Amino acid sequence: MTKLKTQSLHKRESELANSNRQIEILSNGIFKSGELPKFKDKISEIGHFPLRPKKLEILQINVGYMCNQVCEHCHVDAGPDRKEIMTKKTMQQCLEVIKNTGAHTLDLTGGAPEMNPNFRWFVEEASKAGIKDFIVRSNLTIIRANKKYYDLPYFFKKHNIHVVSSMPHWTRGKTDKQRGEGVFDQSIKALQDLNAIGYGMPNSRLKLDLVYNPSGAFLPGDQTSMEKDFKKALLEDFNIQFHNLFAITNLPISRFLDYLIASENYEDYMYSLVEAYNPSAVTNVMCTNTISVSWDGWLYDCDFNQMLDLKVASKVKHISDYNEDLLNDRNIVISQHCYGCTAGAGSSCQGTVA
Amino acid sequence: MSKTYYDPADLRKFGNITEWSEELGTKFFDYYNSVFQDGALTAREKSLIALAVSHTEKCPYCIDAYSKDGLQRGITKEEMMEAVHVGAAIKSGAVLVHGVQMMNKVNKLDG
Repeated sequence: MTKLKTQSLHKRESELANSNRQIEILSNGIFKSGELPKFKDKISEIGHFPLRPKKLEILQINVGYMCNQVCEHCHVDAGPDRKEIMTKKTMQQCLEVIKNTGAHTLDLTGGAPEMNPNFRWFVEEASKAGIKDFIVRSNLTIIRANKKYYDLPYFFKKHNIHVVSSMPHWTRGKTDKQRGEGVFDQSIKALQDLNAIGYGMPNSRLKLDLVYNPSGAFLPGDQTSMEKDFKKALLEDFNIQFHNLFAITNLPISRFLDYLIASENYEDYMYSLVEAYNPSAVTNVMCTNTISVSWDGWLYDCDFNQMLDLKVASKVKHISDYNEDLLNDRNIVISQHCYGCTAGAGSSCQGTVA
Repeated sequence: MSKTYYDPADLRKFGNITEWSEELGTKFFDYYNSVFQDGALTAREKSLIALAVSHTEKCPYCIDAYSKDGLQRGITKEEMMEAVHVGAAIKSGAVLVHGVQMMNKVNKLDG
């Protein structure tokens, strides 16, 4: 049984549950004093301000913030106490968009998306649209959390779902520290279940990718080297196989921002992000090819902007008014958290970008 | 002047040494960066060697830098501590092996 580590910031009534407070922190201090350059100034140097979208490739839909885990660094501030869940009506509006979008990838996320009571219906309906790559971001432990979820691997297989799952490390200690006691063992069992039906196996069409994000106040290492280390350790220790590892940088928002401040790592971390700023990552940041939809249908440049409640700067702001051409003609909303996507080899929900 | 000799924030300024001698500073950093690339040894192995040497050299900047570098590479706490023990073993061995010199001298004078 997975033991929960904490409650969400919202449940604890932390000041950082307020997105305005987070934006205030990110705009003041070392950035206001000029000790570090603002993201806007940095991308202006290379002529990328205002940041503009390219062709839409990924439609990412967050179907709710409820989760069976309370991970230490969750940028969604997800947990069992979050009640924000996408309704069937909003899902129907999303389906209309999915049928007509030019995006080649549909990416369902949460929370634990599987906890939305209409998740399976939504997947069944959405899969009829013939989207090329249909991703579900599964935290793995949900597959083992309750017997009503045990058949999820088969459900994923039936609909040719591309499963993308978080795995902060190949050791129990580091994984459980970040994601809660018992998460490692349950994740290993879930990965073995997925492997057993073909997910992640060499040459299998059933795609299984893992997401690595650092367990503390440091940046991810080289994605290729990390993938090699993960593959070797998981195969040797647990006979587990997977396809790709996405190395993702923790962005300084929500629970990770709370952690950075509480552990007195905030300024050093921001320095690390700014020092690792890579101009060549700017052209490929995910907000240039992604639209993020929240549980209540609002539209954002990315999942991080969604959590900061920075809605798209467009006449079209809600899924009910969706218009891809109008949306693509917008300026992307940025703040200092965006340094997280341009550090080193860059970072996105699909891993490195530079 | 600072009240202490070491300020953790000075590590960020390391690159500034090129300002007072650009040619030599640039040569040093080029060399330094080349050393830590994958070669006959992996960059991961080199990071652990650097961590051990950081301790034997008692360089606080280096310890900060290579503890963080190790974390970024997914190196575990156990691996890091074993590397530090390698450094400690060599340091203590280097002291103890002089015991042979002491034994030689004592045996010569009083054997």
